Amino acid sequence: MPRMFPTIWKNLFSRPATRRYPFKDIREPFPGYRGKIYFDTNKCDLCGDCARVCPAEAIEVDLENRQIKYYPFRCIYCGTCVETCLQQAITEDEHYSPPNAEKIEELYKIEV
Amino acid sequence: MAVRTVIPFGPQHPVLPEPIHLKLELEDEKVVGVTPIIGYVHRGIEKAAELNDFRQNVFLCERICGICSFIHALTYCEGTEALTSVEVPPRARFLRVFWSELSRTHSHLLWLGLLADSMGFESLFMQIWRAREMILDISEMTAGHRIIQGTCVVGGVRRDIDKEMAKEVDKRLLAFKEMMDSTIASVLLHDPTIKRRAVGKGMLSKEQAELLGAVGPTSRGSGVAIDIRQTGYAAYKEVGFEPVVETAGDSYARTLVRAREVYQCVELMRKALAMMPDGEILVRVDGYPEGETVARTEQPRGELIYYFRGNGTNNLERLKIRTPTFANIPTLLVMLPGCEMADVPVITLSIDPCIACTER
Repeated sequence: MPRMFPTIWKNLFSRPATRRYPFKDIREPFPGYRGKIYFDTNKCDLCGDCARVCPAEAIEVDLENRQIKYYPFRCIYCGTCVETCLQQAITEDEHYSPPNAEKIEELYKIEV
Repeated sequence: MAVRTVIPFGPQHPVLPEPIHLKLELEDEKVVGVTPIIGYVHRGIEKAAELNDFRQNVFLCERICGICSFIHALTYCEGTEALTSVEVPPRARFLRVFWSELSRTHSHLLWLGLLADSMGFESLFMQIWRAREMILDISEMTAGHRIIQGTCVVGGVRRDIDKEMAKEVDKRLLAFKEMMDSTIASVLLHDPTIKRRAVGKGMLSKEQAELLGAVGPTSRGSGVAIDIRQTGYAAYKEVGFEPVVETAGDSYARTLVRAREVYQCVELMRKALAMMPDGEILVRVDGYPEGETVARTEQPRGELIYYFRGNGTNNLERLKIRTPTFANIPTLLVMLPGCEMADVPVITLSIDPCIACTER
């Protein structure tokens, strides 16, 4: 303990290392942070590559109804789908998916 | 006459977040026997790995352990690359060393903090975790995530570190080292509070460590200079490496090994970034894994072994994982008998048990 006293005194009179969340915002993530993914319905051609490579089965392609189901609560934010998409229809946000009481899914209707 | 009692330690215990159950046989306050029991967090990952595409398994293996995630992914990739005869580009091998050491640094800091917490040394615990945040920031900056880097894939790595970022990382590593020197190292090395709780506790001699097959800092704390990084996987051969060894064999020696390894990791990361050659970071993998192989790497807790058997299809026929904690649990049978009940948490923690890893 005696060896720790100088640090304790210094910390007592210096600015806190933590932030008072939720009263204060957390710091912005670094550029390139792997966050939630979004589909561009104008670019997507429903090829299904993203669903095939997804390790968490978080993407389902419904060809019949021309829609994509994305499950943000299954997604592990690996970004493999973003790298795979040849149409560059998937983009990655730098923020997490917000918490929710239910495991909801997101529907993207692909236009003809 | 001494009263003999049996006391359960864990699987839910405020000191040890990992679910290991120790059946402690006590005579008054003295431990005379111990039976470790595991099996509370089995997730069936080995079976899941047989059902997945072999490329997707990287992400599954990375999630076996939340602390040494990158090294799990690296071991998996080393094995599958051997089976598919893929040559990883040199730049990717250096980047793999960088992220492996980053992973090891944050794992050791997490453990050092938990050790301080197990002794009730809250201020040191918070200071160490504060320093760990600097390492996690580097992880987020370079890989895009704080804990699960997700950069290692079969055939190389997915992200590059350019010159500017390497310079910034170097600056941050030096600032981290400065913080370790000025606030944490002197406490770990000289403070009587830590010494009183760890010196001479949980003794494991060199012969016992060899006999029980201890790995990682547990064996290196007893004077056995075993470190799989010496085999030169990834780019350790080029970067150069000497294992950190202590000879006392007690909980304090194991603490010192990890504290010194944190400094070694910083040096290895700086060296890897400085020596990194230019070139591509990822090559295309066309074949399917065929045949069998074993991949070994050094995790923060010791030697990690993956066994692979492929049959030339997209799925592996068998994936077997032996994690270091599984090899280190038997050492508790030697360390714990003879100690006081109050020392059990510190001694158990000194092998850095990762039960979620062990049960997969």
